[in-house]
Amino acid sequence: MPPAVTPDLAPAGNPRSRTTLGHQPVTVAWLMLVPAIVLMVTFLIIPIILTFGLAFTNARLISPEPARFIGLDNFTRLFSSPTFWRSLQNTVVFALVIVPVQSAIALGLALLINAKVRGVNFFRTVYFLPVVTSMVVVSMLWMFMYQPNGLINVLLAKIGIDGPDWLGDPRTALFAIIVLSIWQAVGMHMVIWLSGLQTIPGELYEAAALDGAGPWRQFLHVTWPGLRQTATFILITITIAAFSLFTQVNIMTQGGPLDATSTVVFQAVRTGFQQQQTGYASAISLVFFAIVLVVSLIQRYFTRDKEARR
Amino acid sequence: MTTGIIRKVAAAGVVAALSVSLGACTKGGSSTTNQGTSANGTTELAMWTHNAGNEEELGAITAVVDDFNASQTKYKVNIQAFPQDSYNQSVVAAAASKKLPCILDTDGPNVPNWAWAGYLAPLEGLDETLGKFLPSTVGQYKDKNYSYGYYDVALAMFSRKSVLEKHDIRIPTVDQPWTQAEFDGALKKLKDSGEYAYPADLSTGFTGEWWPYAYSPMLQSFGGDLIDRTDFKSADGVLNGPEAVAWATWFRSLVANEWVAAKGGADSTKDFVNGKSAILYNGSWSAKDAREAFGDDLVVLPPPDLGHGPKIGGGSWQWAVSSSCSAPEGAMEYMKFAAQDKYVASVAEATRNIPATDAAADQVEAFKPGGENDIFRQFAKEFAVVRPETPGYPFIATEFTKTAQDIINGADPQQALDQAVLNIDANQQSNNYFE
Repeated sequence: MPPAVTPDLAPAGNPRSRTTLGHQPVTVAWLMLVPAIVLMVTFLIIPIILTFGLAFTNARLISPEPARFIGLDNFTRLFSSPTFWRSLQNTVVFALVIVPVQSAIALGLALLINAKVRGVNFFRTVYFLPVVTSMVVVSMLWMFMYQPNGLINVLLAKIGIDGPDWLGDPRTALFAIIVLSIWQAVGMHMVIWLSGLQTIPGELYEAAALDGAGPWRQFLHVTWPGLRQTATFILITITIAAFSLFTQVNIMTQGGPLDATSTVVFQAVRTGFQQQQTGYASAISLVFFAIVLVVSLIQRYFTRDKEARR
Repeated sequence: MTTGIIRKVAAAGVVAALSVSLGACTKGGSSTTNQGTSANGTTELAMWTHNAGNEEELGAITAVVDDFNASQTKYKVNIQAFPQDSYNQSVVAAAASKKLPCILDTDGPNVPNWAWAGYLAPLEGLDETLGKFLPSTVGQYKDKNYSYGYYDVALAMFSRKSVLEKHDIRIPTVDQPWTQAEFDGALKKLKDSGEYAYPADLSTGFTGEWWPYAYSPMLQSFGGDLIDRTDFKSADGVLNGPEAVAWATWFRSLVANEWVAAKGGADSTKDFVNGKSAILYNGSWSAKDAREAFGDDLVVLPPPDLGHGPKIGGGSWQWAVSSSCSAPEGAMEYMKFAAQDKYVASVAEATRNIPATDAAADQVEAFKPGGENDIFRQFAKEFAVVRPETPGYPFIATEFTKTAQDIINGADPQQALDQAVLNIDANQQSNNYFE
């Protein structure tokens, strides 16, 4: 391997790796990268490139005819489809609710279980349990709970409320899915917040307490600034997860009633597999890719801005 | 230089990945297809079925294959069973990699799609035999037979004599089914009695293919259809004409009047057996549980005549020969052998479904004329309508399912049906009408 490569991978500020081990770290680094690269290329890069190509053809899952190039037809059809706009709207609403609510609840839980009281490990486990349960199982369970005569409506009836048919009513279906999604995923983000909380040194709190800061001002001036990196990470991961909403919808409502819970990913899967329109489904995926890319770039811009300001 | 290395690594990665996947394919192919000629001159034929996990049916099919293998020495059929949920994907994947078995079973409505795609070969020299089969058990595309099934299932209404008599509701017969007014009147009476939250359970809790199978016959009874069957080019006028709108309005009214739940329970037969509903609309497979629960009190009723006579869906699992079979004459020989009445009888008996031929029905106690399940056979003969025989059917099915679900939840009938027609027509047209 040419020596000129070395500075790129082994920073010049670390003389030990150059003098004692020579070029070996570079080779080792590449070797360690290979499995990840192979998997990424096979299951991520190649499919993305294929999607870009297929989106402009009439390719089908089952067909004796070869795919034909049909230009922007798929996109014209997509943008004139009411189901697509409804799916996009549902996806955006879902993300707009999930991102702030789920991260806030997760932070609240993290603060609670960060307290040094007896039995805190028990609560950590309990809050984390839904995360290790498969989303399919969670969806099935909540489906039973959401039934018109299910657990939730029975409990509501005890306090005199006549509960709706949660998943069968277009007005409540998306809300019902939002609640279950938060319940399932909140434990994961709680743990991430918790790890952030535990990196904040205790001396800072002591100092703040000596200066006469109460719990609220301690949170505002010590905890929150200390969590900025964690917040960025959580913001981005929740957003991406929210945009790719699929499993719950597929199992609980199949996009219904009246498209009230249809999402972009659900529409893509339904079109591509049940309706066998590979080309059209690729066009949906391409639009979805563009949306997620734009949203991520915007978030990146804002978070970078904050880092520069500090 | 770094980019050069990255490029090299990426290229190596692609090569590695490709060789891994190719290796997997070759290996999978040779271990699953099991076809070829062995040393003693016997040609081996692979056969795929969706029956893994369904012991009765798999057992009956295995018996047919064993008889065939014992009857001659030229060919040997090897069965491979798949779970039903992943069966269709397996076939599509195998077709894409040219690894289809010689003989395979298919769900009736998929036959035109697979025939058009070139997966299936037409059945030669069986026309006379298949003329004796119930029409709904023979898969046709472009006037050729591609598949036959041993049995069909029938849709029916189930109720209890005691319940109907108590509420002074006439018990309908094959010759005199309920009219729409009678059916609506019966539901109203049952609802007004206050005994049932939803008097009829149309199994609206089921998903997928159930919707076109169960509810498009009601549309057809109104005089509409899924697509214009003269040339299979457009759904315009049949799926959004006045008859279809009348069907949609009526279908919605069942839910709006709270006679039927928009989304029923997951197991409608169980709800019926437990007395939660007075009338159940389901397949003939419900008969066993319902009869065990109610005995002679159970009555099996034809679906109501909504204007153009009662209709039920037709077509269940059927057997076909793949076009890529290396020994087609062997596969055809098996198909002829297996079409004997005694096998129709044994498979239908094992699955408790309707035997496809008259001669076979005579051999199965429950389906003999006057037998307890004979009525289902009458329904299948009198009322069955197969789903449209166009390769566009899988698409039509998903569109109909979504549209019917939207309508039952209160979508505007005309608007919802117009959108479905628009989508179906666009799909037929974008495939050049499957010509």
